[in-house]
Amino acid sequence: MTMPAELPEVSVEPQPAPAPWRQFATRFVDSRLATLGAAILVILVMLAILAPWIAPQNPYDLAQLSILDSRLPPLSPSSEGGVYVVGTDDQGRDMLSAIMYGLRISLSIGIGSAIVACIIGTMLGLMAAYAGGRIESLLMRVVDLQLSFPAILVALMILAVVGKGLLNVLLAIVIVEWAYYARTARASALVEIRREYIEAAQCLALSPSRIVVEHLLPNCIPPLIVILTMQVGRAIALEATLSFLGLGVPITEPSLGLLIANGFQYIFSGEYWISFFPGLTLMLTIVAINLVGDHLRDLLNPRMEK
Amino acid sequence: MVIWSTRRTLQAIGVLLAMSVIVFAGVFAIGNPADILLSPDADQEERARVIAQFGFDQPLWRQYLTFLANLLQGDLGRSFVFNEPAIQLILQKMPATMELAIFALLISIAVGVPAGLYCGLRPDTPLARGLMAASIFGFSMPSFWVGMLPIMIFGVQMGILPTTGRGATVEVLGIEWSFLTWDGLKHLLLPGINLALFKAAIIMRLTRAGVREILPLDFIRFARAKGLASRRIIGVHVMRNIMIPIVTVVGIEFGSMIAFAVVTESIFSWPGMGKLIIDSINLLDRPVIVSYLMIVVVLFTVINLVVDLLYTALDPRVRLDEQE
Repeated sequence: MTMPAELPEVSVEPQPAPAPWRQFATRFVDSRLATLGAAILVILVMLAILAPWIAPQNPYDLAQLSILDSRLPPLSPSSEGGVYVVGTDDQGRDMLSAIMYGLRISLSIGIGSAIVACIIGTMLGLMAAYAGGRIESLLMRVVDLQLSFPAILVALMILAVVGKGLLNVLLAIVIVEWAYYARTARASALVEIRREYIEAAQCLALSPSRIVVEHLLPNCIPPLIVILTMQVGRAIALEATLSFLGLGVPITEPSLGLLIANGFQYIFSGEYWISFFPGLTLMLTIVAINLVGDHLRDLLNPRMEK
Repeated sequence: MVIWSTRRTLQAIGVLLAMSVIVFAGVFAIGNPADILLSPDADQEERARVIAQFGFDQPLWRQYLTFLANLLQGDLGRSFVFNEPAIQLILQKMPATMELAIFALLISIAVGVPAGLYCGLRPDTPLARGLMAASIFGFSMPSFWVGMLPIMIFGVQMGILPTTGRGATVEVLGIEWSFLTWDGLKHLLLPGINLALFKAAIIMRLTRAGVREILPLDFIRFARAKGLASRRIIGVHVMRNIMIPIVTVVGIEFGSMIAFAVVTESIFSWPGMGKLIIDSINLLDRPVIVSYLMIVVVLFTVINLVVDLLYTALDPRVRLDEQE
């Protein structure tokens, strides 16, 4: 229902006759699930970006909070005449506003760390493939070693050493994730390096860095996009988990994970909404990202070409 | 085979050494190690004792060797909080975690393999499609959130299942076990399912993929042409061939379950080593942190080694590849 509205947007791009982007968009909307995921994702991202303007209150401006309104169930009237659609927390904070602000933080951390990890991992992976020899085997050993430990454990190790905090969480997620990009980038680069255009570039005596960045990199991008999409979801989940465990973002910048953690103690007294709705938002975000990523993988995988 | 196993074992020892260097560098070489191993209110005498014991006045390489020697003797300092040897503290908590992880592994196999078989044999039925869609939820949901839903439903709203602690335990062989009492088993149920969900989804998808791959092969068609009952074809010919990847994944996932138990134990207040490490990080109880990291690294390396060796034993093709 939402997708036909998005199609014209794609077609206004000044592409010549075959219009690969348009073709891609047409094939993308073939999957209803992925289209639904994309639509949900667009809505969530808009909510996060526009939070300061459309949220009913600023949840971190203490002047706007009323302790009398604390722990109200969903749809309760507020003391100022509005309605708390999904209830309030223990400080009388409107949960809807808190969720929108939390989504902002979760999405920024997820997308930010995934992009940084992507840049670092891709560069190292391409370098390994192009340089070969010692550098390659050393780097791939490190990748194998790291990937043989689960993400949560690696993140715990890093946080145990560097301590808690927002930047440390970002660092932990980047260190956890770079290996996936490095492995993918190397794998596709190894295929591309044997192609003639690389040989041609070498014959032109271009510098290795130029060959890697200008010729090798653009041709390795499709699989990286898939990994990037999936890893944004994983980064958001990992951040939420770490924050839930009390090792993540500080209380002044609560992500969805921390909101859930804050509400956790209240579910035992039946006040489920304080952590249920942030959790629902988190779930929607991650599932939507995975639906899109899953379909992108099918579309961008040349072996699946029908 | 022998050469390969030896090489693989040496490699595992190499990994262990590398990890010990990383942990050593991370925890001891960054910042003042005496501060890490001493509680903030330790007096001068205690300080001098620890510095002498760990040799922090020595050059770095010698410090590392001391660290290794202490590690091999199972001595990584005393917990500030419990005032007990850190390693001993973790080993005490380990059975609870192991019990939870093994229970969860059994659930995930019992659910994942039959569900995967069904999805592989009847991929177009609504149930199979539903299961596949549900499995996306299974491994994309953060497990702490998945754990909270049953607490809300079964623990709080319906009040039929306990949601915190281990319940009654029985001592067998000097270790407390929950699964031998009815009460303990009830306590085990929700955390077990929580931990199993993610793995069940993976095992299901893997089994399905294996079945889809093997069904069109000639030997299955031949078995069908021979007139074998389809029960036998599936039970013997298909299962035997999909078991190899499943065994590998189950082995590796067992290690990751021990790691993910950190989350499950925190939600359900399960008194295992995962909860201990989170508490220790929050209290900056560094000897316990270091010990936990080293124990888990050893555990993981051993599990990976065993899985690899099993894999070669199960699949002759791997051995042939190695000989070339």
